[in-house]
Amino acid sequence: MKAGYVRRFSRVERLLHWVNALGFFFLLATGLILYLPSLSVLVARRQLIQSLHFWSGVGWLAALALVIVLGGRRVLRTARELEAFDRDDLRWLRGGKAPQGRFNAGQKINAALTAAFTILFGVSGLLLWFGEQDTRFRFASTVILHDGLMYVSLVLLVGHLYLALIHPATRHALRGMTLGTVREDWARRHHGKWTPERQ
Amino acid sequence: MDSTPVTGEKETRRIGRGVFLGTVAGGLSSLWWGKAVWGHISSPVSRVAEAIAPILPSKGWRIYTVAAMMPVFDSATWNLKIGGMVEQPQELSYEQLRALPQASQVSVFHCVTGWTVNGVHWRGVRFKDLLAAAKPLPGARALEFISAEKPYVDYLTLEQAMLPDVMLAWEMDGKPLLQEHGAPVRVVIPDMYGYKNVKWVEEINLVRSPEVGYWEQYGYDNDAWVGRSNGYGT
Repeated sequence: MKAGYVRRFSRVERLLHWVNALGFFFLLATGLILYLPSLSVLVARRQLIQSLHFWSGVGWLAALALVIVLGGRRVLRTARELEAFDRDDLRWLRGGKAPQGRFNAGQKINAALTAAFTILFGVSGLLLWFGEQDTRFRFASTVILHDGLMYVSLVLLVGHLYLALIHPATRHALRGMTLGTVREDWARRHHGKWTPERQ
Repeated sequence: MDSTPVTGEKETRRIGRGVFLGTVAGGLSSLWWGKAVWGHISSPVSRVAEAIAPILPSKGWRIYTVAAMMPVFDSATWNLKIGGMVEQPQELSYEQLRALPQASQVSVFHCVTGWTVNGVHWRGVRFKDLLAAAKPLPGARALEFISAEKPYVDYLTLEQAMLPDVMLAWEMDGKPLLQEHGAPVRVVIPDMYGYKNVKWVEEINLVRSPEVGYWEQYGYDNDAWVGRSNGYGT
C-alpha cells in the first residue's frame, strides 16, 4: 500500500459492489426499453429484450448470492457494521456534525435500501415473468411495485453518482471502491471514528 | 483483516436491519395495496412527469408486441379486409374507413398485467356501422381480428363487439393512432383487458364462434372481462 493511504474496502466488498452495479445498469437499460414507449418503438424486438432482461436479472441475483456465500463471514461482518447505528449516526442523520465510522449513516441507510430493493426487484420480477404464464402468480400491483422500485432506485443512484463522481469533498471515496485504499487524511476527516489498520 | 469498526462503550442499535426488513415487508405487502394507492396519486404524479420529461410514459402506457418488428402503416397501400361469413366482402381504404359514421368516447384502458390508463379519448367507427355494408350471414356469431403483427389474432363475439363502447379506433387523444398504439386501426373494448384490444388490425373475418387467440393459447381467458377474468376477482 502506498504511504499515506489506508485500506477502506476489502476485495469481497468491492466485488459485491461492482457485481451489483454492473447488473443494475444492464437491467436498467433493458428494462427501460421495455418500459418507455419511445424506446419500444426504436427497439421493437420485445421478446428478445424481455428474455435478456429476465435472464440477466436471474444471473445478477445468482452472482450476488455467490459472492455472499463465498465471502462468508467477511460479508457477514460488513453487514453487521452496516446495520449498527450509534448516537453519532442518528445525530448525523438529523443533519448535525458527528464523527462517523468506516460507513457514515447515509451509506448505511443506502446499503439497507439497496439490499431490500434487490430482493423486491427479484420477487416482483419473478412474479411478472411467471404471472404471464400462470394466473396464480398474477397480482394487479406487481408491475407498480417493480416500476416504483425502479424510480426510487434511480433517485438513489443519481445521489450516489453525484457524491461518488462529482462532489469534491466526497468523490475521493470512489478510489476506495475501485483500488480499495483512500488517503489517510481524507479518512480522518470523513470517517473520524474509524481506525483503519495500517500495514 | 482490513479494518476494525469502532464499537466499544457506545451502544449501537440495529437500525439498518430494521430499514431493510421494513422495506422488504412494505414492498411485498404492496402487492395487495399498491394499485389502490397508485390509483389515488397517479394523476398528479403523471402531470409532473409529463412536465419534466416528455419521454416518460406519463399516462401509463407500455407497449407490448409479440413479433420482431412493429408493423409500419402506409396510407397509400393500406386497406382493411372484411370477409368470412358475409354477403359482401369489403376492402376499405384508410379514407373509405374514415368516411364511415364516426363515434368518439372517453374510456379507461386496463392491461391484464395490472397497469391502467384513465381517460383515453378514442375516435373510430362502431362495429354496427363498420359491418353494415358487408352484411354478416345469419350463422356468424363472432369476429376474428387479424393483426398485421404476425401471428397476433384475437376474437370477440358479435354480442361483445356490439356493446355500446366498443369500436375500431383510428384516433387516440385527438391524434391519428401512433405506430406503437396500433396504427392505423385497433380494437377498443374498455370492459376487456388490453390483449383483446387488437392493434394493427388489417383483416376482420366473420366466423361461427370465437377460436383461440394469441394470448389465449398461453392460458389467458377468452372472455377477458376487467376484474373478473384471468385470476382477478374470481
